[in-house]
Amino acid sequence: MSGMTGTKTKGAESRAGRGLRLLRSGAVHLAYLLGLPAALLALWWVLAARSTNFYYPTLDEILAAFAETWFSERIVDDVLPSLGRLAAGYLGAAVIGIGLGVLLGTRPRIRALLEPVLEFFRAVPPPVLIPVLMLVAGIGDTMKIVVIISGALWPVLLNTVEGVRAIDEVLSDTARCYGLTGTARLRRLVLPGASPQIVAGLRQALSISIILMVISEMFASSSGLGFTVVQFQRSFAIPEMWSGILLLGLLGFALSLLFALFESRVLGWYRGLRQSQRGEK
Amino acid sequence: MTGTKAAAPATEYSAGALAVRGVRKVYQGSGRTVEAVRDLTFTVGAGDLACIVGPSGAGKTTLLKCVAGLLAPTSGEVRLGDARVQGPPPGMAVVFQEYGRSLFPWMTVGANVELPLKQKKIGKAERAALVAQALDSVGLQDAPAAYPWQLSGGMQQRVAIARAIAYEPKVLLMDEPFAAVDAQTRAELEDLTRSLWRKLGMTVLFVTHDIDEAVYLGERVLVLSASPTVVMEDIDVDLPAEREQLTTRALPRFAELRAAVYGHVQRAKTFHSAAAAAGAGDRP
Amino acid sequence: MRVHQRADTGRPPALSPAADRPPDPPATAVPAPAAPSAAARLRAVPDAALGVLGIVLFAAVLELLPRLGAVPAKYLPPFSEMLGALGDELGSGAFWTALLDTVEGWAYGLAIAVVAGTALGLVIGSVEVLRKATASTIEFLRPIPSVALIPLAVLVLGTGLGSTLLLVVYAAFWPVLLQVLGGVRDVDPVARDTAVGYGFSPWARLRHVVWPTTLPYLMTGLRLAASVALILTVSSQLIIGSPGLGSEIARAQSSNAIPRMYALVLVAGALGVCVNVLARALERRVLSWHTSVRTEARA
Repeated sequence: MSGMTGTKTKGAESRAGRGLRLLRSGAVHLAYLLGLPAALLALWWVLAARSTNFYYPTLDEILAAFAETWFSERIVDDVLPSLGRLAAGYLGAAVIGIGLGVLLGTRPRIRALLEPVLEFFRAVPPPVLIPVLMLVAGIGDTMKIVVIISGALWPVLLNTVEGVRAIDEVLSDTARCYGLTGTARLRRLVLPGASPQIVAGLRQALSISIILMVISEMFASSSGLGFTVVQFQRSFAIPEMWSGILLLGLLGFALSLLFALFESRVLGWYRGLRQSQRGEK
Repeated sequence: MTGTKAAAPATEYSAGALAVRGVRKVYQGSGRTVEAVRDLTFTVGAGDLACIVGPSGAGKTTLLKCVAGLLAPTSGEVRLGDARVQGPPPGMAVVFQEYGRSLFPWMTVGANVELPLKQKKIGKAERAALVAQALDSVGLQDAPAAYPWQLSGGMQQRVAIARAIAYEPKVLLMDEPFAAVDAQTRAELEDLTRSLWRKLGMTVLFVTHDIDEAVYLGERVLVLSASPTVVMEDIDVDLPAEREQLTTRALPRFAELRAAVYGHVQRAKTFHSAAAAAGAGDRP
Repeated sequence: MRVHQRADTGRPPALSPAADRPPDPPATAVPAPAAPSAAARLRAVPDAALGVLGIVLFAAVLELLPRLGAVPAKYLPPFSEMLGALGDELGSGAFWTALLDTVEGWAYGLAIAVVAGTALGLVIGSVEVLRKATASTIEFLRPIPSVALIPLAVLVLGTGLGSTLLLVVYAAFWPVLLQVLGGVRDVDPVARDTAVGYGFSPWARLRHVVWPTTLPYLMTGLRLAASVALILTVSSQLIIGSPGLGSEIARAQSSNAIPRMYALVLVAGALGVCVNVLARALERRVLSWHTSVRTEARA
């Protein structure tokens, strides 16, 4: 990476030269970061501006629609309730999944009893549960939250079970020797020990939760992001529909960014451990 | 996990004497059972440093886990002071061979040493003092903020030892602690162990497969037979208390003791063959 | 040789458990005690049998809850009624058409995603400029929920197979691409340099150096993509109404044919189990072939 500029300068390097080099590598970095997205946006702009197709509005139309559509009472009426249901469902799935997972991970007989049934539930494509739960819970918030929980639960649960089972035997003996029992054991040994798998499960669960949030509103609802976007499509409000897709995309991106932050905080030690082990080999 | 905090008179623990009486351990596998330890009886006096050697596969680790209360013996009992061991007793610390797996990788070195003290409900200031003191005495005063996996193998084992001594145990169990470090580090750690023992005066039970190490370190060497395990020999190590890698190992008495233990270990390998010849002859 | 670690749940060897490792090698076998207690006998039930017991118990609970009136039968019909409805379905041509539609949408979508993801992954991964230039775009496009594209798909492609394919391909493409990129990045630099040193052609380098390292990653990507593809196939049928199991389930629910709805949900679950089992079997098979070939090549 630095090879392109480093060869020219020999020995002592002037401060200005170093500054220039830093600036240049920063610029190169920025170009890599923004080059392709900028090119794609420009392409979209040009193609859409020349297009007469009703379905492909120009980018400024979409952006105008975006501001008009979403910076309004829709935030309170549609976006925030959607996000609230997403948060409730996702957190519910996380709590239940980790709790049950720890229980099953430490009880091999119960695990053997339930494993095939749980594998079946994991394999059911979660969207088919929407009609089922609608039957029981109507089309209100409860149904949607339960749909999200019942779809996002399984990756968390099964990954937690796997993580708890994989906790090192020597580590667990050490914890016993030093009197770590009960909640201290859970907090200091079991949860951190299983955290790499738990986080992997939580990551899968996040994308499933977003999918289920959207389609539970698309399938049966009178409000929410998914509902609104489909309404725009049905009423041929094309720029508004595009702005909804854009919003959903931004939402997915933002949540995955948040998750990456969370992950680097929780699993910083794990990355270091992996790197040191790879370095040894 | 039962009986970890078994109510026992604290004064009895302070004795720190370890008694192993008729311990037998049989593993129940699916469809077959394996007798790892047949009948072990010995005692280690308070403040003694005893080494246990035996051929590989002699059930040394099984024995140590029974003593530590991590495994329940099939029959017989382990007593610490006057109390029967039924689960890891307070006042006992263990250093395992697998240093890389016995330290909590998500905690810093300091937090690793401090964790057992938190469990003992020791106050914050005293904890900090104990941690600093323990790290200092193993030569890691600069490392508390590092993570274990940032350290070399020998340094990781030092952390495990620091954690054990910060706990202020009456009994320290060490399960082949230096089998996985290089020779130079190993010599340093042996000297560290002996000097800590002389300074702190706790009972040490040190399991190893290395005869030299057993003789160099121990005040006593117990030789185990091949599995199913019994105590074959109990040898008093009458070397001077002040030991040094080069001079001690050059002593004629060291060579004699080493030869004696070596002979016993060789015999230990075939100890059961007479009995086995009468039986199924199922040794691999 | 390098040990492959699954990218989704990988953990280092040192942390992995030595399952029920006896502390020392077993020595003398002693005959088992003659009369095991009842508790010991229960403990001796193998795990697989316990699993079957679990399924039977679950079915029994599904049967008894509505029978005992704990749950209204209009919400949850007894298990036997679900099975009866399932039997009816198995005899109807419409059911098999719906199942076939679903499998078709899944298979085509997955195939396109895997081919595209693998090809692009190999190309982007092998050329450093491309990898750097595309990283931010991939990071932005990947988390976009593919269901957000549903309205667009309906507008542009209608309610047929085309819409389903668009959604399935978009969702299944990313796991494949990311895994292949990870695999190419994992290629041993020494091996790569050696191949360059011996004057391997780019094609030979791809074939003999990059591909063997990438294959395990590709298999992981395939496994993840296979289940995502099924989710999206069913979602699109449910929401858009393109023919298949999803739309049949929606229809059964809206026409109040509750046992039929549950029967179809069971079929969807069974399909999911098949997909998982197949993906894992393929992964094992390909990887065992892969390691044996490499071991042979080394010998």
